[in-house]
Amino acid sequence: MDLIFIQMLNGLASASSLFLVASGLSIIFGVTRVVNFAHGSFYMLGAYIAWTLVTRFGPASPLGFWGGVILAALLVGVIGVLVEVLLLRRIYHAPELFQLLATFGVVLMVQDIALAVWGPQDLLGPRAPGFRSFLTIFGNRFPTYELFLICLGPIVLGALWLLFNRTRWGTLVRAATLDREMVGALGVNQRMLFTSVFFLGACLAGLGGALQLPREAVNLHMDLSIIAEAFVVVVVGGLGSVTGAYLAAVIIGVMHAFGILIFPKITLVLVFLIMAVVLVVRPHGLMGRKPSGPQHGPAVKEPLLSPATREVKMLGAAALAVLLVAPALLGAYGVSLLTELVILTLFAASLHFIMGPGGLASFGHAAYFGLGAYGAALAAKWLAAPMLAGMVVAPIFAGIAGVIFGWFCVRLSGVYLAMLTLAFAQIAWSVAFQWVELTGGDNGILGVWPAQWASGKVVYYYLALILCTAAVLALRAVIFAPFGYALRAGRDSPVRAEAIGLNVTRINWAAFIVAAVAAGIAGGLYAYFKGSVFPTYMAIPKSVDALLMVLLGGVQTVTGPIVGAFAFVWMQDWLVRAVAEYWRLVLGAAIVVIVLAFPQGLVGSLVAWRERRGDADAAEPVAEGAR
Amino acid sequence: MLKVEGLHAYYGRAHILADVAFEVSSGEVVVLLGRNGAGKSTTMKSIMGLVAPASGRIAFRGTEIAGKQPFEIARLGLGYVPEDRRVFTELTVEENLEVGKRPANPDAPEWTTEKLFALFPNLARMRDRPGSQMSGGEQQMLTIARTLMGNPSLVLLDEPSEGLAPVIVEQMAKTILDLKQQGLTVLLSEQNLHFARTVADRALIIEKGRIRFAGTMAELMANEGVRAQYLSL
Amino acid sequence: MSEPVVLQAEGLAKAFGGVKAVDGVSFKVEAGRLLALIGPNGAGKTTCFNMLNGQLKPDAGRVTLGGRDITGLAPREVWALGVGRTFQITATFASMTVRENVQMALLSHHGQAWRLFGRAREAHMSEANRLLEQVGMLAQAERACGVLAYGDLKRVELAVALANAPKLLLMDEPTAGMAPRERIALMELTARIAREQGIAVLFTEHDMDVVFAHADRIIVLDRGRLIADGKAEDVRANPAVQAVYLGAGSTFGAH
Repeated sequence: MDLIFIQMLNGLASASSLFLVASGLSIIFGVTRVVNFAHGSFYMLGAYIAWTLVTRFGPASPLGFWGGVILAALLVGVIGVLVEVLLLRRIYHAPELFQLLATFGVVLMVQDIALAVWGPQDLLGPRAPGFRSFLTIFGNRFPTYELFLICLGPIVLGALWLLFNRTRWGTLVRAATLDREMVGALGVNQRMLFTSVFFLGACLAGLGGALQLPREAVNLHMDLSIIAEAFVVVVVGGLGSVTGAYLAAVIIGVMHAFGILIFPKITLVLVFLIMAVVLVVRPHGLMGRKPSGPQHGPAVKEPLLSPATREVKMLGAAALAVLLVAPALLGAYGVSLLTELVILTLFAASLHFIMGPGGLASFGHAAYFGLGAYGAALAAKWLAAPMLAGMVVAPIFAGIAGVIFGWFCVRLSGVYLAMLTLAFAQIAWSVAFQWVELTGGDNGILGVWPAQWASGKVVYYYLALILCTAAVLALRAVIFAPFGYALRAGRDSPVRAEAIGLNVTRINWAAFIVAAVAAGIAGGLYAYFKGSVFPTYMAIPKSVDALLMVLLGGVQTVTGPIVGAFAFVWMQDWLVRAVAEYWRLVLGAAIVVIVLAFPQGLVGSLVAWRERRGDADAAEPVAEGAR
Repeated sequence: MLKVEGLHAYYGRAHILADVAFEVSSGEVVVLLGRNGAGKSTTMKSIMGLVAPASGRIAFRGTEIAGKQPFEIARLGLGYVPEDRRVFTELTVEENLEVGKRPANPDAPEWTTEKLFALFPNLARMRDRPGSQMSGGEQQMLTIARTLMGNPSLVLLDEPSEGLAPVIVEQMAKTILDLKQQGLTVLLSEQNLHFARTVADRALIIEKGRIRFAGTMAELMANEGVRAQYLSL
Repeated sequence: MSEPVVLQAEGLAKAFGGVKAVDGVSFKVEAGRLLALIGPNGAGKTTCFNMLNGQLKPDAGRVTLGGRDITGLAPREVWALGVGRTFQITATFASMTVRENVQMALLSHHGQAWRLFGRAREAHMSEANRLLEQVGMLAQAERACGVLAYGDLKRVELAVALANAPKLLLMDEPTAGMAPRERIALMELTARIAREQGIAVLFTEHDMDVVFAHADRIIVLDRGRLIADGKAEDVRANPAVQAVYLGAGSTFGAH
């Protein structure tokens, strides 16, 4: 009984920080419709800046500590404003995924900047003046600082409620959440409103980070670990609902605390179960509502999708011919790079299959790639399975995950879907990372070697080329088959699709599984190609790789992801060689620049450019309705 | 009061407005008639800064407003009531009005919540009701009241009668005449000629993005040819 | 009135949070006839409609289609039993051509939507062409739906709705957003097809000119209750209907 009570208190204490981050994320999303991936970075910066300030001001004095914490929160708010003004303000009209990608670019940049400023070692913070003692509860010593955090959550919740419901600023923010264009037309300066909201949201995240100082060591992994949990909190609580975020943070914080008690290895599975239950009962979260009113995503008009023309087919055949003869011309490194390229092409094509025709933007597609790799590796390690058997296990493993995760994911859309897919990927990652007995944890599984006959680099390249080409062509065929049309129908107009008897949810689910299986094939090939698997195969950056490939090439064409994969692999290879140490900073900056320069994507920008050029010839006005 | 000259607008490649020009004088009710897709809404949105015009001049009380932000235009005394009744669904009636509130404007009637409740007695009975729980007619009244809270001297009303029951449309006509009486200038877009003739002093007909007719309401009613050609009545 | 009854609603009721949106509404539609459902905004028309097409489950009452109870079935199941729909705001597949839109509906009707191989754009060509011919859209079959004029989109929707050879067509404000002349043309087309193929049509509408010109019968809803049911001239003369809905008649064309 006492232990349960103490764990409950522990859970509530960690819920407070989680709530601060999640509520900021939620508020920012509500108004700007941007899912701010960099919110975790704000949290991490809050902790680092607070560490520096508190150390400088003197951690022993109350003013030094609390002044440092509050100043750190405010400074993070200012950093948030800079990010908003310099970056987000320019891309409010870009598609959601580009916004998510741009803020991920910020995450990468902040990681390298933090590394450069504070170094790779963990930093230990001081204890909070005034809260150093312990209370004895049921015979257990419980830190008063934790009690302070427990109280802070509801206080902040109450303050936010008052701010949003009892001030004119709050009313304007709520109105802007519903229809920002209309708020502008009524004479409200939305830019200032957005910036002030961003300031508030970033401050909350910074405060959340700064308050962690007495609880845990400040480290470079704080950003991604908190953001994944914050996404879960926001999805469970309901996007845009601060009260929902609090409820969800409490539930998840408490469950976490108990999870450590019950099975410490895979606490995140518990979190997953809660999320699953909530989303089955309430698809838009505990306090969330189905998005209503005009949606502010730009109405991306889907262009006509037609099968490849003769020219494209010829070009494809020519490219394939080049790939077939390439090993004769390239050295070992070149063949290696090409093998990676064809495998990643399948990975990108599998993501495109659900993202393009299905309109389901996954931010965690690496889960299926990684699970395919782990499927093969686990079969090799524990069952001593031969290569071909491992390659059969890979897609099955990924497919099973697709069946389970997909069932939840296809019930959501847009940013909810992106966050949920990311959360699932993060769970898969943490299982691989934490279940050391089975997966080897961070050390991965080594010795996943191909069969004797396929061990030559060139032979393995041809094996990968044949399998990946077949799989990519199969995906293409499905896109133009009735099923692909049905999938596209559900994307173009769900109501119409349902009204002609299509079960959109089930079709999307099937497509999700197909994509997972295809990614699993790629993952299996990758495992034997590298000879080892690591949790990083499922980590967020890997998912972002796939997204970059698809978006670079253009999501609206079937050939796009193939072109994108080529461009991406080339760019990454070049980056790693050119700027080895700070490649994250450069890659992050490159992502930001790409999004800023082509806010509609490469293909979309090309279309827009052609349209602008065509203006001169457009003589006769056309009807409004024809737009 | 409002002078539009040589206005061109595009959606992507589609040329929506071509050389639109007209004027609205103080105290008038002017109606912009035309069928769906003729360019009525785009004209309204261009004036309000919600659609960036490709070229052209829009002067409001002597100030050039083309290219300004919507909020700046609104602050000059232009009110905009959109066509699709965009009330803030999760805000109450009073909160909706609060969003529209702006400081007094010396050249326009000054509105308060109480004055508006007198004008729209229906709304007074549902001060605390969220916008989502109102009928279409009530929502339309609320969007007008919300815009009036900004004390505009000119109001742009985009298709106020669309999708409303005939009996509500009659109330709407009465309201617009009331507002005119109080000294407000109104530019409204409409497809419903019967409604337009009960409220408007002058009419403009727009078709394929060009102004095809401009004259008094009486002239339009006398000109069967123009009505048949552009309004297909 | 010798035509067989296709759709029958009996005592339909639905409440949202204690507010009775629809309260004991009964009516029927016969094959080949057009029934208009009118009433003030918020009278319960949409709720009523959504209970017929399966989007909402009624709290009480029964809906039968050709004698078969369809109360509470999902939209997909309702469709499979022969109910076609058009939407207030056109809903078509923008990334497909006009013909592909119809082909998609036909594939679904023939139970082939799940096929993983084979070319969808070559499926059911002649049937798709026949449907497009019927609504006068065959000449534009190869055009993308995303670039069509609004009136043409409405015709495509009608062709899609007819793809499963429905017994009943449900049309939610079919002429909203159209020019007056197009409105009349679309409803004439609908009425002709309905008569030729014996399809029952139920539509909601705000344009009284369309309603009085094309509806065989009119029912009027107010605050969830049926306040009138009859021929155009009876409904028009009904003082209750005038008070809650029609008004003095100054804002629509006097024929």
